[in-house]
Amino acid sequence: MDKPKANLFSSIKSLKYLFKKPVTIEIPKVYREAADRYRGFHTNDWDKCIGCGTCSEICPTNAIRMEKVPGYEAGNGQTDERPVIDYGRCCWCGFCVDICTTGSLKMSKDYIFISPDANDFIYIPDEEGINKNYPEEGYRRNDETDLLELERVIMGHLSAEERGDSFIEYVRGYSKEEAIREASRCVECGICTYTCPAHMNIPEYIRTIWEDDLEKGVEYLYKTNPLPGVCGRVCTHKCESVCSLGHRGEPIAIRWLKRYIVDNTPDDEYEKVVLAEVSKPGKGKVAIIGAGPAGLSAAYYLRTLGYEVDVFEQMPLAGGVMRYGIPRYRLPDEALDRDISFIEKIGVRIHTNYKVDKEKFKELKEKYDAVFLSTGFFTGRKLPPHILPGSDHTDVIAAMDFLPKVRDFVRGMGEMPEVGEKVVIIGGGNVGFDVGRSVVRLQRMKYGKVDVTITALESEDILPADREELEEGREEGLKVVFSRGPKEIVIEDGKIKGLLTVKCLRVFDDEGKFNPQFDEEDKLFLEADQIFMAVGQAPDYNYIPDDIMEKLEIVRGKIKADEYGRTNFEWLFVGGDIKEGPDIIHGIANGHNAAKAIDEYLRKKYGIE
Amino acid sequence: MGEIKALQLFHGPNHPGMHGNFSVHIKVDGDIVVEAEANPGMLHRGFEKLMERRNWMQNIALILRVCVVEPDINEAAYSMAVETIEGMDVPERAQWIRVMILEMARIANHLMSLGGIGGPTGLYTGPNWALVDRDLILDIFEKITGARVYHMYIVPGGVRQDVTDEILKDLEKVLDDIEKRLPEYRELILEHPIIQKRTKNIAVLTRDQALSWGVTGIALRATGVDYDVRKYDPYLVYDKVEFDVPTVDFSDAYNRLWLKYQEIYQSIRIIRQVIEKMPSGKVREKLPGNALKWRVKKGDAYVKLESARGEFGYYMVSDGGTKPYRVFVRGASYPQGLLGIEKGLPGTRLEDVAIWLDTMGVCAPEIDR
Ligand code: SF4
Ligand code: SF4
Ligand code: SF4
Repeated sequence: MDKPKANLFSSIKSLKYLFKKPVTIEIPKVYREAADRYRGFHTNDWDKCIGCGTCSEICPTNAIRMEKVPGYEAGNGQTDERPVIDYGRCCWCGFCVDICTTGSLKMSKDYIFISPDANDFIYIPDEEGINKNYPEEGYRRNDETDLLELERVIMGHLSAEERGDSFIEYVRGYSKEEAIREASRCVECGICTYTCPAHMNIPEYIRTIWEDDLEKGVEYLYKTNPLPGVCGRVCTHKCESVCSLGHRGEPIAIRWLKRYIVDNTPDDEYEKVVLAEVSKPGKGKVAIIGAGPAGLSAAYYLRTLGYEVDVFEQMPLAGGVMRYGIPRYRLPDEALDRDISFIEKIGVRIHTNYKVDKEKFKELKEKYDAVFLSTGFFTGRKLPPHILPGSDHTDVIAAMDFLPKVRDFVRGMGEMPEVGEKVVIIGGGNVGFDVGRSVVRLQRMKYGKVDVTITALESEDILPADREELEEGREEGLKVVFSRGPKEIVIEDGKIKGLLTVKCLRVFDDEGKFNPQFDEEDKLFLEADQIFMAVGQAPDYNYIPDDIMEKLEIVRGKIKADEYGRTNFEWLFVGGDIKEGPDIIHGIANGHNAAKAIDEYLRKKYGIE
Repeated sequence: MGEIKALQLFHGPNHPGMHGNFSVHIKVDGDIVVEAEANPGMLHRGFEKLMERRNWMQNIALILRVCVVEPDINEAAYSMAVETIEGMDVPERAQWIRVMILEMARIANHLMSLGGIGGPTGLYTGPNWALVDRDLILDIFEKITGARVYHMYIVPGGVRQDVTDEILKDLEKVLDDIEKRLPEYRELILEHPIIQKRTKNIAVLTRDQALSWGVTGIALRATGVDYDVRKYDPYLVYDKVEFDVPTVDFSDAYNRLWLKYQEIYQSIRIIRQVIEKMPSGKVREKLPGNALKWRVKKGDAYVKLESARGEFGYYMVSDGGTKPYRVFVRGASYPQGLLGIEKGLPGTRLEDVAIWLDTMGVCAPEIDR
């Protein structure tokens, strides 16, 4: 390029611009539209936003703080806080939009806001926008800008062939690398904690995995749950249903992460942590009837508080539903044994094969300061013959009469229970699937082939069982028919021929009450030589003395008690299924709460400060 | 009549010839500078220290402030240092896009500095024109990144969003327009006899000075040394595009302007090749987990790039955590802005101080960081 030479006249040419249209514009006469991706003032859809505060965590300038919104009721899975942005600090990076867990927070193309009051620049974004003009959306998050990791680390499973003919645990558990990776997806918002019945310190223990400090993790687990090995496998994980990550992606595998901590902390370190918090026995003795989740949880916390605790269990092994209900392929004995062993190590005495009856109940009441009942819903329910003809046939079996036998068989403590060649199961809940998948395995062992059908009243979209039960059950060869109500068990020559079903049109009425309606003309006959019923379980209160029973209020099979399990008797507390209905984690939470209430009662009784 | 004594003057922070919130204390004897002392601190925001308290992603919103006129070079150097330590692959397309962005930034920077000579010389048409044309580039930045000045676009692992064909078309048009306008700058500024008088033989830097102080970039290339990181140690895809590195062998203010002018053409040439050759594909890889939990492997790296003002580098150390352990920024204009002021200014005339600062491309936060 030639080097310029001095030329006095060259610059005079620029005078031509005097006669051209100016390039500047005069706002507001002319408005300059921002580009499509413009990072302008925020908007936030309050109905979508869950108040998780992740936007405020990522904000590099600390421009966002979370504030309680007056008069705003938070629903399940959210907080009543919403982000407030200080535009005196915001640098318009858009990271808050990139990370927003629900996608409620957006940026608009709006870039002019004028106010003489500096406070107006501190703004709670809503859908209206700072200029109250419902501005057009500007910058948008996409896969590339997303600052969350939406996909869950896949959990390894044994294949259907590998697992289909044995009761071996088929969920492999995360490796260290996988667990850390899964843990690194958590934004530590704590939304899950509110929903977890036991209010476990979920973000805290997930963080310990990410930091590879599992001992600390165990410490967090035991703050609210002394059966983490069990819950890490079979908890109904209500937390995951509200996990912030679930709004745009897959929720954090909270349950599997918990299991990872339990399975990967060596026994000695584990013991150190669990034993650290235990007080020496002082005054106060508590009897617990039933060694299921609620009973064991209450026992653990009472013992740590310094009380003597005896747990009475009618079965040969402690654990209740965890031992005799849930199939082994989901919850192996070893996991349960480990959890229980630590409860025993801190000094809880568990007396198995000890059936409490009315007499013994009275004795316990005398010998102990307080009694906690957690006897569960252990009796299998069946539809009576006037509702389902044929249901009194001996080959019609209730789930809870069958599952304990399977567990005993698998642990070598009993014969293989009878299973037919063609089996139909009534009930599309998790227990129905537990029976179904157990029968599949037994049939494979016995006949080398599978013929099991589950009939559910519900359609596939409202099936009460977990999605994974359905998917994995099907992989194993289970057939499932939806929207079918049982009409009659057809019996010929004293032998079951099958189940006649009719179409179920709807399960719940407009008010959401259970009130099924059927199309009697739409029939389907399912051949079977054995039928199982998984239509719920019931409690058995025969062991409670009549004078006490009279004064207890029973509502739909459950004993009425307050949040802490207090009943009409100041020394009597209840928890678990008989207070809450069947669910392990509720039972554990009940046990913990009852321990607090019992502690309060005993402190008062003995005048302990 | 008393004797005229040496006077001490403040050059900046409020001075049309000062670049940014920076000040030089000058002692003059008559019109001649006797002593010059850089006086930083007005801008000091402790960038390097602040980086240790922000996580890897958050820093993207901070670092670009180390040079307002050419923020993208910071994003690139920072991201590439992270990628080097972590051993991260950057998608091919993202590398081409980065080159495009960096060259756009170079054009914007050079335009501002070319027009900016009007500040210390009184030719105010220059900056006015330059800002208008720079705005054309900023329009494209806005379309690609959503922001005009602070783009926060180049991130560890790639770039934040892909560019569309439509935006590329707009960019081509802007390049054509700027290319058409350049001869007018030549007429207005480079051929202007007064500008020539005010810049030729003024603010001279010798090759020895440049080399011993560590001056790089245009100030060095004007002494005849063709050092340009893009050629000597090519990064991204600079080895896949053709361009020349203009040099002259006398580093005065005029020649430095002249090189900037020529470099704009080269940048246009590079961007056109990028648009033509850029492959399709993804533009970003991410570290595992969410951005609050990104961790970068233990290690350190020095990454250097050719900014509009010379070699620009980030030395970064990670202890394996979620934040940098230490970051050191080699601001490109540091040598000429600090040593240059203290050693080079004495002996020049007072009115030439601003010319020095301007044509050396001194960017205050690169010194005061
Ligand atoms: S745009 Fe960036 S600085 Fe502004 S509130 Fe969001 S995260 Fe904070
Ligand atoms: S990240 Fe999104 S959902 Fe969470 S509080 Fe912020 S705006 Fe609401
Ligand atoms: S598990 Fe989900 S809901 Fe719980 S803290 Fe982590 S991200 Fe939030």
